[in-house]
Amino acid sequence: MKKKLLSVLLSTAMVAALATGCGSSEEAAAPAEEATAEEAPAAEEAPAEEAPAEEAASGELIKVGIINNDPNESGYRTANDKDLKATFTAENGYDASFAYSLKNDEQITAAQKFIQDGVDYLLLSAADTAGWDSVLQDAQDAGIRVILFDRTIDADESLYEASIVSDMDKEGETAVNWLKDQGLSEYKIIHLQGVMGSAAQQGRSGALDAAVASDGWTLVTQQTAEWNAEKAQQIVQSVIDSGESFNVIYAENDDMAKGAVAALDKANISHGVGKDVIVMGFDCNKWALEELLAQNWNYDGQCNPFQGVYIDEVIKKLEAGETLSEKVIIMDEKGFDATTITQDEVDIYGI
Amino acid sequence: MENNVVLKMRNIHKIFPGVRALQGVDFTLRKGEIHALMGENGAGKSTLIKVLTGVYGKEEGEIFLDGVEGAVAIHSPQDAQKLGISTVYQEITLCPNLSVAENMFIGRTDGVYQNWKKMNADTDRILKSLDIPAKPTQQLESCSIAVQQMIAIARAVDMDCKVLILDEPTSSLDEQEVAKLFKLMRDLRERGVGIIFVTHFLDQVYEVCDRITVMRDGKLVGEYAISDLPRVQLVSKMLGKELDDLSDIKGEQKAYVKEDGAVPVLEVEGLVSDAGIKPFDFHIDKGEVNGFTGLLGSGRSECVRAIFGADRVTGGTVKIKGKNVKISKPLDAMKNGIAYLPEDRKIDGIVGDLSVRDNIILAKQVLRGFFKPFSKAEANKIADEYIKLLSIKTASKDTPIKSLSGGNQQKVILARWLFTHPEYLILDEPTRGIDVGTKIDIQKLVLKLASEGMSVTFISSELDEMLRTCSRLVVMRDRKVVGELTGDDLNQNKVMSTIAGGDK
Amino acid sequence: MQTNEAKKSNESNFLMKIVKNQCFIPLAALLLLALFNLIADPSFFKITLGYNSAGNPVLSGFLVTILDSGSELAILAIGMTLVTAATGGQDISVGAAIAISGSVLLRVLCGSNSRPETLQAPIIVAFLVSCVVAMLFGAFNGVLVAYFKIQPMIATLILYTAGRSIAAWINNNELPVISDTTFTYFGEFIPGIPIPTPFFIAVACMILIGIVLKVTNLRLFTQAVGINESSSRLNGLNPAFIKVLSFVILGLCVAVVGLIKVSRISTINYSVIAKDIEMDAILAVALGGNALSGGKFNMAASIIGAYVIQFLTTTLYKFQVQSDALPAYKAMVVIMLVVVSAPVVREKFSSLTKKLKVKEVA
Repeated sequence: MKKKLLSVLLSTAMVAALATGCGSSEEAAAPAEEATAEEAPAAEEAPAEEAPAEEAASGELIKVGIINNDPNESGYRTANDKDLKATFTAENGYDASFAYSLKNDEQITAAQKFIQDGVDYLLLSAADTAGWDSVLQDAQDAGIRVILFDRTIDADESLYEASIVSDMDKEGETAVNWLKDQGLSEYKIIHLQGVMGSAAQQGRSGALDAAVASDGWTLVTQQTAEWNAEKAQQIVQSVIDSGESFNVIYAENDDMAKGAVAALDKANISHGVGKDVIVMGFDCNKWALEELLAQNWNYDGQCNPFQGVYIDEVIKKLEAGETLSEKVIIMDEKGFDATTITQDEVDIYGI
Repeated sequence: MENNVVLKMRNIHKIFPGVRALQGVDFTLRKGEIHALMGENGAGKSTLIKVLTGVYGKEEGEIFLDGVEGAVAIHSPQDAQKLGISTVYQEITLCPNLSVAENMFIGRTDGVYQNWKKMNADTDRILKSLDIPAKPTQQLESCSIAVQQMIAIARAVDMDCKVLILDEPTSSLDEQEVAKLFKLMRDLRERGVGIIFVTHFLDQVYEVCDRITVMRDGKLVGEYAISDLPRVQLVSKMLGKELDDLSDIKGEQKAYVKEDGAVPVLEVEGLVSDAGIKPFDFHIDKGEVNGFTGLLGSGRSECVRAIFGADRVTGGTVKIKGKNVKISKPLDAMKNGIAYLPEDRKIDGIVGDLSVRDNIILAKQVLRGFFKPFSKAEANKIADEYIKLLSIKTASKDTPIKSLSGGNQQKVILARWLFTHPEYLILDEPTRGIDVGTKIDIQKLVLKLASEGMSVTFISSELDEMLRTCSRLVVMRDRKVVGELTGDDLNQNKVMSTIAGGDK
Repeated sequence: MQTNEAKKSNESNFLMKIVKNQCFIPLAALLLLALFNLIADPSFFKITLGYNSAGNPVLSGFLVTILDSGSELAILAIGMTLVTAATGGQDISVGAAIAISGSVLLRVLCGSNSRPETLQAPIIVAFLVSCVVAMLFGAFNGVLVAYFKIQPMIATLILYTAGRSIAAWINNNELPVISDTTFTYFGEFIPGIPIPTPFFIAVACMILIGIVLKVTNLRLFTQAVGINESSSRLNGLNPAFIKVLSFVILGLCVAVVGLIKVSRISTINYSVIAKDIEMDAILAVALGGNALSGGKFNMAASIIGAYVIQFLTTTLYKFQVQSDALPAYKAMVVIMLVVVSAPVVREKFSSLTKKLKVKEVA
């Protein structure tokens, strides 16, 4: 009896975790959904609003099954999920179902379910790179086309049509090149790293490490703050407390840059355009770009979460019978400079 | 080693922080004898046993065993077991969540391999040969305390021991079970096993033992053949003074006379709880001492637990001084002036890690409420007062209660309830597992309290104690009240026959 | 001669008393860390008075950082100590609960707009609402533990799993940012006062719990329930209520910590805020020499334990130890403590000192 109750509670909690993750504006509907924690907001909304017109069209809707990570994982993922939901609507000719998990096996289960449901396309941002061969083979056998977004996997290229990814190395290079262009007389850098081993961390650290080696820059400290603002604040605080001087903060995401700036403010160290310390962040959160606009920070590198339009284009091409020139599609990613950023850019690119 | 001797302990010293628990104790056990180890609580019996079985290390002294050259080193219970020393402790130390067979064999197999079928079959054979009503695959927890105790003994017996130590094995057994155990002990004596028997029951000592070693305050008093030591002398040696308290106490309770027309302090009708007792009626008057008696498991504890609200009450009415009250939890009972000293001191009584002081004030503190703690000074004063009043032996009032001897723990619990100044005090087995001196102290205290106007219900497994203190006995059999004895009916034979149901 | 000896034994008694005190181990650890820093680099102890970018005076230096950053842990240690004592288990949902209470706080402050120009509600109102929510979640955990008899770690696993998602849901997955500077007072400095506010908040919490322990029976009842539930019940206590109460108090601590955490950065990151802080809080309780199986507790020792952890963290930051290696160092500390406080080692140690004494006499 006790155990039963416990398992019911635990599973409810997990469903709630997933359901709330699906989140944003359709939230109210989510908890009432089935335990599978999938929802098809587009399909549901359509009949309610413009029933007759859409119903006719629904026969021609392209069915897509989208497997993503928990939107709650980060601001990036939230923006990514929002973008996908905005793209794959009935108005745009899609019937989309979503499944979320940070666990590979749960994602694979979701994929199997989508295959059974007979979707036309399977869109996948895999939690883990391994273990996808057999399920993707099943998809291929069932005539379902697979498009990877955001993350690649270790599987034969023939198993998917396209892979739409960010180039983290390039993000890092863009940022480091910008930093080189600043032409400082000396570079004394506090390097705040993300969770070690993640693709974003490796790409963004790699470029800086290379520049440090080739250009003789100094790393005052190089620590992982695990994407965490408070940890970043403590690390920078500790450098300030020990009295070492520095003039660049290279934070691998916006949160950590924010934490670093909090420490600077406390010690009255000026930062931003034309000030003592250059502050660099990544991900282009809207609030971060606003800091740029106010010239409190100097640089923010984009990690483009807006894959919807790329995927849409790929699907359109495939539906039209065209072949893709490249399997791996790398998205455009910008780097914003505080001296040139505009309010429009903040509104468009802020996530 | 002299002839026939299986175990010799010489000049054993053991020191605990602040206490010299053993001071140069000698002990000798011969082949094929049942040797009683007697002494008050705190005399050092348990410590001596634990030194012998490797639970405690010793500061000084030597232990010799038959067939082993020189002094043996016993550093752990495993060492003791290997040397053929097996123990059954006062508290059952088996694993309640394992099966009977697993408990019989746990820690005895050489490797990881275990032949379950054989183990169960062996267990079945042992249980049958000893007449123990349990199945090998049954979970130990589901057996009664008495059966668990017997399984513990069976386990020790089965380990081919040369020295078998029985530490208070009979305190949870009823008479039939005790008789069975004694038969077993005599069998083992025939086989040449030396048995050390620790008990508080004088009758039992004189029934089975050949020899007695008496200890007091960590020292050896002497070793005697049973025929050389009459009971009175044994008691006086244990207490260290000549004493006729045992006879003194008799007859005092007869003084109680009920006032005419007085309303009973407590009156219950058709009270029944979820602990499996039949509905019962009961009342007690001001200044009266009465008791529930019956065999182990007859439901006497369950009755008083229902009165106190310790078990879930499912029916019946309770009147305090003629007024209807509802008692659904202990706090209700406490607010109505009822105090209950529970049967199982260790599980329901003491709060082990808390100090003697905190244990004394606990119940009163709960009554006063969350926002009215005693100040430290007040608490200390109260503790000192009761430690003195009940002559509780403790290093200080800050000592955790668990490090006190059983009798002194019981006194602390008693102090706790006396401090709530109850009108009605329920004592469930207050004398179990404690020394003779404290037993008498408690009985005297009960009579004194009653003479001051407190009503007391007294439960004890020892009929003598009940007959000595109670003016009315409620007799129980098979979880229901079968009779009530007063006046001239209060004698051993009448009680026995009522319990047995002989008059029907 | 004799008086000399008596003095000596008095001294050794005094020493023994210190060593036996529960605060000894965490204090010794603190002292050891301080000593290490003193030898390695005395500038560790330098405190300077400067001005922050808003022109207000602030104290800075490693010690100030420790007092500042250790506040959250010290506050949580209070609640965790009570939960541990009453239930013999630990609450692992603390980090997730902080995310929830921080999220509630921001939701009330921001209203429907995630980036308001002005606060939509007074901070005190928002804080009280977050207190109520955090205490309700505490009560939820408590009820699972006390009435449904689920092991605390398992019961709180539910909130641990779902908490951060609930936190995100409260704000529609958006990241509210507060621009009002008065909100930063709680996590940073009040203008004109150079000592970080979190430290004051932590001290206030300590004083509060000190008073509560003095004027109520919280200590006695919690300990009694933790040591022997059955016996407590027969003494008129309601063990289930006491357990729920401990979780509710922890909930209150969570709300206070939520305020500090959110105030520090004026926003929230649901997935990383107060991440793994529950483990540090549990460690603080253990460092304080409190049995994780419940029963007797020493509040002061737990709080000192919390600062020991922060001291260690800051020291490691100072020496630029990779911060992802921090858990390994903490693990080492735990192992050492567990070994030192193990009964076997203690017995060996006391017999050793006894032998030494005997030699001295000889």
